[in-house]
Amino acid sequence: MAAGGLTLGAVLGWASVRYRVQEDPLVEKIDAILPQTQCGQCGFAGCKPYAEAIAKGEADINRCPPGGEDGIRRLADLLGVEAKSLGEGLEHKPKSVAVIDEDLCIGCTLCIQACPVDAIVGAAKQMHTIVADRCTGCELCLPPCPVECIHMEVIHEDITTWKWRYPVYSIRPVRE
Amino acid sequence: MRRLHSFNGGAHPAEHKAESTARPIAAAPLVPLYVVPLRQHIGTPALPLVRAGDRVLRGQAIGQAEGYVSASVHAPTSGRVVAVEMRPVAHPSGLADLCVVIEADGEDRAIDLQPLDWRGMEPSHLRNLIRDLGLVGLGGAVFPSFIKLNPGEAGRVETLILNGAECEPWITSDDLLMRERAREILKGAEIMQAMLHAGEVVIGIEDNKPEAIAAMQAAVREMGLGYEVAVVPTRYPSGGAKQLTYLLTGRETPSRGHAVEVGVQVFNVGTAYGLHHALAEGRPLISRVVTVTGHVASPQNFEVRLGTPIEDLIRAAGGELEGATGEIIGGPMMGFDLQDRAAPVTKAVNCVIVKDAQRFPPPPAPRACIRCGECARACPARLQPFELYWYARARDFGKTQLFSLFDCIECGCCSHVCPSHISLVDFFRYAKSEIWAREREKEAADAARRRHEFHVWRLEREKQEKAERLARKAVAQVKEAEAAPVDAEAARKKAILQAAIERAKQAREGVTPRNVDHLTPEQQHQVEEADARRARLHAGAEDQKETENQP
Repeated sequence: MAAGGLTLGAVLGWASVRYRVQEDPLVEKIDAILPQTQCGQCGFAGCKPYAEAIAKGEADINRCPPGGEDGIRRLADLLGVEAKSLGEGLEHKPKSVAVIDEDLCIGCTLCIQACPVDAIVGAAKQMHTIVADRCTGCELCLPPCPVECIHMEVIHEDITTWKWRYPVYSIRPVRE
Repeated sequence: MRRLHSFNGGAHPAEHKAESTARPIAAAPLVPLYVVPLRQHIGTPALPLVRAGDRVLRGQAIGQAEGYVSASVHAPTSGRVVAVEMRPVAHPSGLADLCVVIEADGEDRAIDLQPLDWRGMEPSHLRNLIRDLGLVGLGGAVFPSFIKLNPGEAGRVETLILNGAECEPWITSDDLLMRERAREILKGAEIMQAMLHAGEVVIGIEDNKPEAIAAMQAAVREMGLGYEVAVVPTRYPSGGAKQLTYLLTGRETPSRGHAVEVGVQVFNVGTAYGLHHALAEGRPLISRVVTVTGHVASPQNFEVRLGTPIEDLIRAAGGELEGATGEIIGGPMMGFDLQDRAAPVTKAVNCVIVKDAQRFPPPPAPRACIRCGECARACPARLQPFELYWYARARDFGKTQLFSLFDCIECGCCSHVCPSHISLVDFFRYAKSEIWAREREKEAADAARRRHEFHVWRLEREKQEKAERLARKAVAQVKEAEAAPVDAEAARKKAILQAAIERAKQAREGVTPRNVDHLTPEQQHQVEEADARRARLHAGAEDQKETENQP
């Protein structure tokens, strides 16, 4: 019995070391809710650092504009706190994509260095372009551009991204 | 005789079939302008092959199938391409989609059409041909047919079902096609059976179409085919692929699966007809039969070139009568309201119903759900619509999936029977598209996370590589200095250089300051004092160093 206990204890002890969860699971869960725009509007260097700060209780849950009200509500659900409106000075914008005016681009590579998801292709003194599918709309490429040839374009819904609306009924008076 | 099974629930909406069956199928007149969408099927839209200004012939490919789930698109008549641009299409959203706009020249010249000998063809080559001929399911789902005609592993498809049930009210296009063109449908079925190696072929028709049943039975007899024409009771939605499969074989399609998983493949009769023409004449799918009915002068079925604007088609049926209140594309149970009458007929459009206020009154105001369970009794997919409604309304999408939302076929039986007039199916469509949107967002976020992590890792790697490179360079320099062989020439140069440096140093030391030549004794005294101070300070510093060095 004692030998069995010791053996099992040893196995458990070994397993706890071998299969230790490296990351804080809460950080992972928070990070899964964040939109991964990597825009830094929350004041942190990306979504993961913001997730870590929320997990430590150092940051509020309403600092992420791309996540919007929906994101705040889901964070509140996860953390068991009250949902609140988006923090002061932050505004939710429609999802956009950056577009380079290829006639103006001088090929300085500054935007390539600024892009957090490597969504810009190009080389020194060659025209750059943005891979629209990869662009998260973070706007981090706008300030470094010396010729201001990058602008944001709002993504409009098309047939593939169109959603059925929440059914609503017009209320008609029963009596005139 | 086949023993028929019976699915749960269903409904008996008023049929309204007689309106459009009085006249035979007519060819819709040619129109001056065709708008051909490049997305006429489920999957990836076709890639445009033409540009504005190009001349095209009837049957010429104007859109190439792109990716696996796709099909080609062809010019419905000869003429000139005036634009490849976004145009309103028949879609519940009313949004525009990419279309090839063709100005007809009125000559209607075709490309050189060659009959294809499908019997001797290699199966995968034949399937690619069927994709390039633009064949998709014409029952409404418009899934590319060549994919469904892949038999997969041998013996997978035991039963081929031809779906001629046509259970939606008002629609009669399959009915008329079976009455008038039964032989061509069966020839298409022969091709399907051979491609799928299907053991048996069953044609399922609702018992409210006696003429179609008789015509199909006669054609089967005449052609000496061993196919069975199975008459199923009229009950909506017996024409759903899963429902018809169950009715005829008793096999239940697995949740979120397809009939082929239980050894059955289902094709609409119109698809078989189109397949026959595609291979027997080499003619791509450029037309289909469409019912135009409801509040029009002469309701009728038309063989319509794809791309014909719906307003022109309504005109062909004598035009709408006074008091028309809009159009439905498809049937009243599953169809949707048309937003723009300039939208064209596509492979998915089987019926256009012009509404009037009397037969299509606005839906009554919904009342609260009383949880009577009528919807669950009516649901052919055996779901619990009132539970689904509850969660969809509360936007609890996780729960809707738990209650098998995606097994809902959106037949609308639940809405039809609801005593509180709740449009349940609208909530289910809303919940489904919301879930799909979230899945898309999640995929995009996951991709962005991976790319960002890689970006961070790449920057780190580059930093490390640079540090290593510099370190290597420094080491190499030191080694080079140490291990440099004594080169006579270099040594001589070095000596010259050293000598020059020495000379410069001596020259510098040899210079005496000129401002001390004619000093007054006072100034001389100051200079001496300064020198003494400097010497003292120097000595002090030395002393301090020594004391510091002592333990």
